[in-house]
Amino acid sequence: MANSSIGREIPAAVGGFANLTPFQGAVKNTPLIKRRKGDRSAPKLNKLVETVEQAVLKSGLKDGMTISFHHHFRNGDRVINMVLDVIANLGIKNLTVASSSLTSVHDELIRHIENKVITRIFTSGLRGDLAGAISCGFMEEPVIFHSHGGRARAVETGQIKIDVAFLGVPSCDVYGNANGYTGDSACGALGYAIVDANHANTVVLLTDNLVEYPNTPFSIDQDLVDHIVTVDSVGDSSRIATGATRITSNPKDLLIAKNAADVIAYSPYFEDGFSLQTGSGGASLATTRYLSEHMEQRGITASWALGGITSQMVAMHEAGLIKRLLDVQSFDLDAIRSIAKNPLHTEIDASFYANPLNKGCAVNKLNVVVLSALEIDVDFNVNVLTGSDGTIMGASGGHSDTAIGSGLSIVVAPLIRGRIATVVDRVITVITPGESVDILVTDRGIAINPRRPDLIEHFRGSSLPIYTIGELKERAEHVAGKPEPLVFDDRIVGLVEYRDGTIIDVIRSVPVYCES
Amino acid sequence: MKLRRTMLYVPGNNAAMVKDAHIYRSDAIMFDLEDAIAVEEKDSARFLVYHALRNLNYEGMETVVRINGLDTPYGRDDIAAMVNAKPNLIRIPKADRAQDVQDVEALVAEEERAAGLEEGTIGLMAAIESPLGVLNSYEIATSSKRLIGIAFGAEDFVTNMKTTRSKAGIELLFARSHIVASARAAGIYALDTIFSDLDDEDGLVHEVEVAKQLGFDGKSIISPRQIAPVHRVFQPTDAEIEAAKRVMRAVAEARRINSGVFTVDGKMIDKPIIERAERVIELARAAGYRITAEEIDG
Repeated sequence: MANSSIGREIPAAVGGFANLTPFQGAVKNTPLIKRRKGDRSAPKLNKLVETVEQAVLKSGLKDGMTISFHHHFRNGDRVINMVLDVIANLGIKNLTVASSSLTSVHDELIRHIENKVITRIFTSGLRGDLAGAISCGFMEEPVIFHSHGGRARAVETGQIKIDVAFLGVPSCDVYGNANGYTGDSACGALGYAIVDANHANTVVLLTDNLVEYPNTPFSIDQDLVDHIVTVDSVGDSSRIATGATRITSNPKDLLIAKNAADVIAYSPYFEDGFSLQTGSGGASLATTRYLSEHMEQRGITASWALGGITSQMVAMHEAGLIKRLLDVQSFDLDAIRSIAKNPLHTEIDASFYANPLNKGCAVNKLNVVVLSALEIDVDFNVNVLTGSDGTIMGASGGHSDTAIGSGLSIVVAPLIRGRIATVVDRVITVITPGESVDILVTDRGIAINPRRPDLIEHFRGSSLPIYTIGELKERAEHVAGKPEPLVFDDRIVGLVEYRDGTIIDVIRSVPVYCES
Repeated sequence: MKLRRTMLYVPGNNAAMVKDAHIYRSDAIMFDLEDAIAVEEKDSARFLVYHALRNLNYEGMETVVRINGLDTPYGRDDIAAMVNAKPNLIRIPKADRAQDVQDVEALVAEEERAAGLEEGTIGLMAAIESPLGVLNSYEIATSSKRLIGIAFGAEDFVTNMKTTRSKAGIELLFARSHIVASARAAGIYALDTIFSDLDDEDGLVHEVEVAKQLGFDGKSIISPRQIAPVHRVFQPTDAEIEAAKRVMRAVAEARRINSGVFTVDGKMIDKPIIERAERVIELARAAGYRITAEEIDG
């Protein structure tokens, strides 16, 4: 007897195939896509909504849920504040904000924390007044600081379960194909956003540049996107990226950079086909300049560079010194222009970049990385998060990911910053464990981690100014003295998660700072 | 022979720069108490440089202090403090005649005695910054046994000359030539004036090339960024280094066989050629070339 909607008889089971369901009509089981051919208003066909408020309502966001954002718009970001204002107006409370990072434009979150709209935060870093307030115990729950790789791991394993991802994109079409390099708010790679789009329950895109379908090439795919809302502006382009990240003219940073380049060039990793990453800080960025000179002199080219791509990396690529670029986050307009047009400049997501628990992340293949530090201790533990007054002022970023992944991790820092020694007995907050840091390069000398006897042996006989890290600490203290130790109270305001999800350190508030 | 390719000015009232002055590896550092320091900062600069010299480790780098002139209310105090701080050299500004050096020398000697230092501990150099000083440069260069060199300061000079500095530097040609000849006649060092446009590295290099060709030993510089370009100009070529090594090897060989006269590359080798070769070896080593004792010992 015919049991399908088109009059065919379908058996309940055939051979090993049991529980066969007879056809019931073209849209019977996919009501969100199409009911009638002529109706284009079905939810999965028309993803456009008029306002951010409608997007929030349609996303089903409720008290106690987790929302996520990315920080590709850096200090130009308008999305996070805009969305949270709408959410606050709707009276939704008790949210967990999981942003890939937060910057100084996000001080408005203070208001939402006060009103209990936000009760938990996951981020790579905090700056500005928000960081100051949280350092002083403004939130009841401690903030969780993760590395970029650690966040990708947390999202992929469900440790961070994103209910709704609100992702600003510089361009997208009506169906949600989005990329980061077209439009006035171009930011380049969308490496952090891609992870969220892949794993969030509901994905809302916000754009100021709705383009013709299909928006190829795309970084976020239409099949992941629920709702799209057009807004006046997702970011202030002048603060998203500047023309070219300039090499510092600070002579001390240049000196450190030159020392770092000399170390790399003398190291066993400096051979044709090596790979590298540099941070975007003054000295680590400037290392590329001196390293380029070594590469040209010795006829060495790098097969690829990872990052955090800057104009310097692009220039080296265009000069033939680096063959390929893997880009999770583009730091300036040169990098944005390059990723838009250059097939050898490839966008990667944060999991590809550094997730320690996937089947293979890029940092594992990295030969050399140059990283900054606020402080480093005699065990080579590095702090990039809290300042000398104990308050939060930085970001974990890819620091711990690249340090352990690379063959040679170089930390660059002035031996004395302002009037405080950078090499100390014990850093205030450990972000990157000393066992993953190989060489410290300062303006007044270089120290190799004793855990790397191979490197100590290799550098023996070089003309580089090599000391033990204890000697460097003494040299710094001879000039700067030893500051009074900070007095913390018992209140834990932050948890620093290592990339594998374990807690590597806690951040306590400093009453003296908070009273002033 | 000591290298003085670069003498880096460091404002004496800037603690951050004073503490870091030596890390850029100029050949000498010169703490300034004079023109870079406003009147209300004179005392604090003197205190800061005094304590820095007494307490910090400049790792053997030559230290120089440019004091205020004795015609100012600060010159005497500067000398008293600096002799006790023991820099290698005191630089006298605006020397117009031999007496300007001798006046400072007398006060330095007095302070050395008072401090229980051996007489002559502190060396002197003099800056020549006026047309009168240029014309008297030989008299100045031979005015004191302590004097290790004279330096040209062009800024006041061009004003006095009713001209301005140009890229080509023709307005300085006479002064430079005269000063370097006076220094050579007196057997002391000659240092060229500063180049003030930090962003014009090509201009700096050109000026150093001119000064080197005229015979100057080095240049006063105003930023660590100028060190590498100046040192590059003074860096001998590979051919010059090889020729110098051949001369030094021939000298060693001649000494072994007690021969007075010998030739290298078909040329007779005499004292000036040997001195030039020694200087090339010194400059090459400073530029990072590893030249072993065996290489120049035959």
